[in-house]
Amino acid sequence: MSLIPSYNFAYLDEQTKRMIRRSILKAIAIPGYQVPFASREMPMPYGWGTGGVQVTAAIIGPSDVLKVIDQGADDTTNAVSIRAFFAKVANVATTTHTADATIIQTRHRIPERPLQAGQVLVYQVPIPEPLRFLEPRETETRKMHALEEYGLMHVKLYEDIAKHGQIATTYAYPVKVEGRYVMDPSPTPKFDNPKMHMSPALQLFGAGREMRIYAVPPFTEVVSLDFEDHPFEIQHFTQPCALCAATGVYLDEVILDDHGGHMFVCSDTDNCEERRAQGHRGHLSGEELEAAE
Amino acid sequence: MSEQPLLRVEGLSKYYGNRLGCKDVSFELWPGEVLAIVGESGSGKTTLLNCLSTHLEPSAGRTEYRMRDEVWRNLYELSEAERRFLMRTDWGFVHQNPADGLRMTVSAGANVGERLMAVGDRHYGHIRETAIDWLGRVEIAADRIDDQPRSFSGGMRQRLQIARNLVTGPRLVFMDEPTGGLDVSVQARLLDLLRGLVGELGLAAIIVTHDLAVARLLSHRMMVMKDGRVIEAGLTDRVLDDPREPYTQLLVSSILQV
Amino acid sequence: MTAALSIRNLSKTFTMHLRDGVVLPVVENVDFDVHAGECVVLGGPSGAGKSSILKMVYGNYGVDGGAILLVHDGAEIDLATADPRLVLTLRRDTIAYVSQFLRTVPRVSALDVVAEPLVIRGVDKSEAQERAKALLARLNLPERLWSLPPATFSGGEQQRVNIARGFITDHKVLLLDEPTASLDATNRAVVVEMIAQKKAAGTALLGIFHDEDVRHQVADRIVDVTAFAPRIAA
Repeated sequence: MSLIPSYNFAYLDEQTKRMIRRSILKAIAIPGYQVPFASREMPMPYGWGTGGVQVTAAIIGPSDVLKVIDQGADDTTNAVSIRAFFAKVANVATTTHTADATIIQTRHRIPERPLQAGQVLVYQVPIPEPLRFLEPRETETRKMHALEEYGLMHVKLYEDIAKHGQIATTYAYPVKVEGRYVMDPSPTPKFDNPKMHMSPALQLFGAGREMRIYAVPPFTEVVSLDFEDHPFEIQHFTQPCALCAATGVYLDEVILDDHGGHMFVCSDTDNCEERRAQGHRGHLSGEELEAAE
Repeated sequence: MSEQPLLRVEGLSKYYGNRLGCKDVSFELWPGEVLAIVGESGSGKTTLLNCLSTHLEPSAGRTEYRMRDEVWRNLYELSEAERRFLMRTDWGFVHQNPADGLRMTVSAGANVGERLMAVGDRHYGHIRETAIDWLGRVEIAADRIDDQPRSFSGGMRQRLQIARNLVTGPRLVFMDEPTGGLDVSVQARLLDLLRGLVGELGLAAIIVTHDLAVARLLSHRMMVMKDGRVIEAGLTDRVLDDPREPYTQLLVSSILQV
Repeated sequence: MTAALSIRNLSKTFTMHLRDGVVLPVVENVDFDVHAGECVVLGGPSGAGKSSILKMVYGNYGVDGGAILLVHDGAEIDLATADPRLVLTLRRDTIAYVSQFLRTVPRVSALDVVAEPLVIRGVDKSEAQERAKALLARLNLPERLWSLPPATFSGGEQQRVNIARGFITDHKVLLLDEPTASLDATNRAVVVEMIAQKKAAGTALLGIFHDEDVRHQVADRIVDVTAFAPRIAA
């Protein structure tokens, strides 16, 4: 693919990238703190990752290799479009392999393969403010962050237990970063929360509509909030992936027919494909599917 | 009785531009003492309450508070973090409208438990147990613990607000017309409950009210305000039985006899 | 021996601001002592200022001049100039008052009304209630009423609750405003007996009794209040 001459490299003009980089640097310096930035109009609707795209555009260079996932998959519309966008406006190489990527932009998942030093994970964030559920006033939530008044976050978890007998928050599960700021990890499943803790990779979060950027630098403490008598737990699956037999990974339920037939498969498509390439087989993989075609 | 007051107010004045809110108010409040501030709308009693409770910064004067560590602090020189911490631990504030003091969209249990969680209680079982205990003390059945205050009557909401404020064992509670919007029979129940709790817990309280019956029943001492100034102050029954100032006499004689 | 209660040159006027500031003199130069173990009765016709004197001594009414001297905690104190906090302490520990009418509090039982003065002095609640029960029984208040708030009681029943509340403590000074007014002969006799016991215990009593028979039985001395009538009408 060739560069479109009328666009600057990576779509945004250099001054805008500079502004965003400054916000990113500040975010890295204050882990978990939401830094305001002058979010630009992007050629896509809000909710499709305008924040993530701007962060990626500000940090991407010609030698980077970009991977984009949506709910763990490389092949959904959102992922394909964003990958194509950067291939066009930055002429960068793209990949679906986690191991090969230098920048991974994601919506709602962290790859199963542990991230490495030097990799950057860019999250698309719809609502950056974890306290908003109970305190709608932005002036008040900012003050609460400033004064470290986080009792309200536990009120939310208390309500969960009171209603459901357990902490029923399964995604966007609040975390405390480096013992200071409470942060919304974006709508990733809580299954992925432990992966954020002490990750060697840099994690950047962009909320385009809300004009906020925040970050978790490499090797930063990320602790999921909980109660002493209701400790944080990740989801557990009773069966392995139907395609690659992986256990200890996050699975999506796929409906097969109108008669209640369903299967659980890896949400991380790259991880699943790699495992199958290595010869792992689930009980619904390969043969049956091919036979059905 | 303790040797030292809890609160010292000296020459407190508040102006809104050229308009007077309250002027030159001075008094001391002792532990366990209930002070009623009475006066009609516009007399400056709410302005005074808001200055005392640090919701407003006065134009002149000082208010000193004896903190839990026995150190006297000028309230208007506290950092915001200290001030807010004080307000959710050692102080309570009961609003006239319970919706201003409650979180209407979370359960009664969480409303009571919030202050505990704010001071670091991280044990769900303990928080819930304490909430049930406090709901009982304000006469709310334990089986309403998971209901939102939206489904409560006005009187229940007000009782919930009181429990929410008292759960951290504050030493000083501010109340702004605590029985304001309630039916007479509901008022009586609330007043009696407050009277019991204040006595039992040895709370100091500052109650703003226009209702002299509330002042009579709850307070040891009262201040009568008019046009921003305290015109008469003293023992509650002395002010009510032997009022000196023309305005106080008018107030007392305006009570409907039943 | 100093008196338990010394009234010195007490004077009182009411200024009625709502009636164009008319000044109503009540009493002046009130001057008498009440000693421990003595019951002093205020005499004189209605309107002479008997109740006003009692209310001043209890701190209910302010005074215009003079002193009300009491011994509290081993020190002499002038209640006329005491600050509200001290007046409350005096009421808790030294001076008790049986008013003419009981001021009822919604929802508080008769038993708790009676026990309260002991409870606020730190007596164990169950012990205070036991003593309250004994007093109510002695005053023939039917036991079925004990757990009810006195608001709906008859005048005589309320009066007996009030008397029990005033007599339950061992305050050094006890003020009585017509305690037997709405009582029958049996209960009047009980109250007379209780007053005699207080005297024997060294309590200084100051009271108003319209019933001549009762007054005769309890009074050691009668102070004629008409002697304190203001000489100059304003």
